[in-house]
Amino acid sequence: MSQKAERFVPQKRAGSLKQAYRSHKWLYLMIIPGVIYLLVFHYLPMGGLIMAFQDFSPYNGDTMLGAFFHSPFVGLAVFKKFFTGPDFIRILTNTLSISIASLIFYFPAPILLALLLNEIKNMAFKKAAQTMVYIPHFISMVIVAALTAQLFSTTDGLVYHWLVGIFGKSHAPDIMSNPKLFVPMIVGQNMWKETGYGTIIFLAALSGVDVQLYEAAEVDGANRWQKMWHITLPAIRSTIVIMLILKVGTILNTGYEQIFLMQNSMNRAVSDVFDTYIYTKGVVNGNYSMATAAGMFKSIVCMIMVLGANKLAKLFGESGFY
Amino acid sequence: MANTKTIKIKRSPGDQLVQVIIYILVGGFALATLLPFVYIVAGSFATERELTERAFFVFPHTISLNAYQYIFKTGDAVKGIINSVFVTTVGVIINMTLSATLAYPLSRPYFKGRTFFTNMVIITMLFTGGMVPTYMLVANVLHLKNSYWALWLPGAINPFNMLIIKNYFQGLPSELEEAARMDGCNDGEIFVKIILPLSKPVLASVALFYAVTHWNSYFNAMMYISDSSKEVIQIVLRRIIFLTSKVANESSFDWGAFGMPPQKAVKMATTVVATIPILCIYPFVQKYFTQGVMVGSVKG
Repeated sequence: MSQKAERFVPQKRAGSLKQAYRSHKWLYLMIIPGVIYLLVFHYLPMGGLIMAFQDFSPYNGDTMLGAFFHSPFVGLAVFKKFFTGPDFIRILTNTLSISIASLIFYFPAPILLALLLNEIKNMAFKKAAQTMVYIPHFISMVIVAALTAQLFSTTDGLVYHWLVGIFGKSHAPDIMSNPKLFVPMIVGQNMWKETGYGTIIFLAALSGVDVQLYEAAEVDGANRWQKMWHITLPAIRSTIVIMLILKVGTILNTGYEQIFLMQNSMNRAVSDVFDTYIYTKGVVNGNYSMATAAGMFKSIVCMIMVLGANKLAKLFGESGFY
Repeated sequence: MANTKTIKIKRSPGDQLVQVIIYILVGGFALATLLPFVYIVAGSFATERELTERAFFVFPHTISLNAYQYIFKTGDAVKGIINSVFVTTVGVIINMTLSATLAYPLSRPYFKGRTFFTNMVIITMLFTGGMVPTYMLVANVLHLKNSYWALWLPGAINPFNMLIIKNYFQGLPSELEEAARMDGCNDGEIFVKIILPLSKPVLASVALFYAVTHWNSYFNAMMYISDSSKEVIQIVLRRIIFLTSKVANESSFDWGAFGMPPQKAVKMATTVVATIPILCIYPFVQKYFTQGVMVGSVKG
């Protein structure tokens, strides 16, 4: 009832926060849990980044929070130690090998598959194929790892068995333990898991294309490639740009779950990446400052890459990410 | 197709060949995604002897339920599934409550502070404190180790999912809301009585995305849960596939006429059991996929 009355009260300042609160009390109450969540689980950990500038030890205080106040500040010493230490170059190389390989092979795969699916005129076949290729997206990484282990096992794996048939016993690739095959294995798993699902966004963009464009092009004598080049690709260009920006932003993010699951003593030299390093250093070994510094480096690079790619996209006349 | 006057252009033989190749490529990829599952399901029902003798089969000669009997008798996988169902159910309720109540105010143009709070969400997508501070918060400050709260709280709102809901709320026609306001409804009542019922499709799809995330999550459970009675299915599966030699040595189980502990079949059967719940909800999610992956929807 107070709301109704308010409508007729001449508003002195439209921007008054008090008034906004009074007329939409519920909205402000509703937002509280979400804001508390963001503050506690996102912004408070950002405050924890202070550890990267400290010689942090949990034993410096009575409680964990107290330790923040009593740990000595060391400036950029931790970063210096991290960048000049023996691990940095190794994990940077490993991380970049994986993400560059996936940029080259994994990123275009859904685009290609979407273009292929777009050429298929038999709707039943298309639908069936789509249903199948989407499934692996919903499977957990543990199951992907389990399937890989079972299919490529050198003792009784089915695919390994086939590979022996093709390459012979001595040349069959043992992807589970050969360090040289670690990157192809990781990228291959991702391609198997996500290529199909990745097509959805491109197919959605393609569904907006007017069929008459294709018909008109056919009347004008355009062949398959000309139609693809002049109609299909322009239709998904901005989607490709957005996906590329998002992908570039994750250049140092290989994800820890998959790497951790596929890591073993034989491939450790090539499988240690930022994410596993941070986990091992910080959570397992308790070297909080070093792990936090590594995480912060990763986070900053990630942010710069996204913002940079976004800016670049806008420079080239695309709409960008936001 | 409905258009009777569709212009038929004759394809050249070369073009027809390309068409055939396209079908083969797509069909081949589809088969490659399916084959591992076929292999695992078929193998899980086979005897150990058949598994070592035949490389690939879709139908085993002898159907054996030994592997499944073993799984359900030892109970680890069953316990894991029960725990995972619990974690997923409660987790999704928490996710949805927090995401929807945050999304609604952010979707209202007359909500003062909208830009501020939206930016507060966007910033978390661009920059994070990272794993170590989050781990310390959960484990050492909030003391949630060995509690399922450690699996529920840190990812309670996925910003992408929240923005999907927000954009859907934004797209709803404002007439209904105005009519309800005339009838004296306040914002809370409008949200519960008008907005939520109208948003069932998006709420269902986001709930399913959250459910899949919870069911599949492995790493957090590994970091935070060490109490073996609280193990979730992904942890159990990983142990059985990679770390176990226990299965072969277990003598308390009667392997029947085949006399061999079906180690390989047990691995396969556990994989099947962990996969089935996800494949069961798959047909329901399928309709809603598109909304969920429209990254363009991130745009305010």
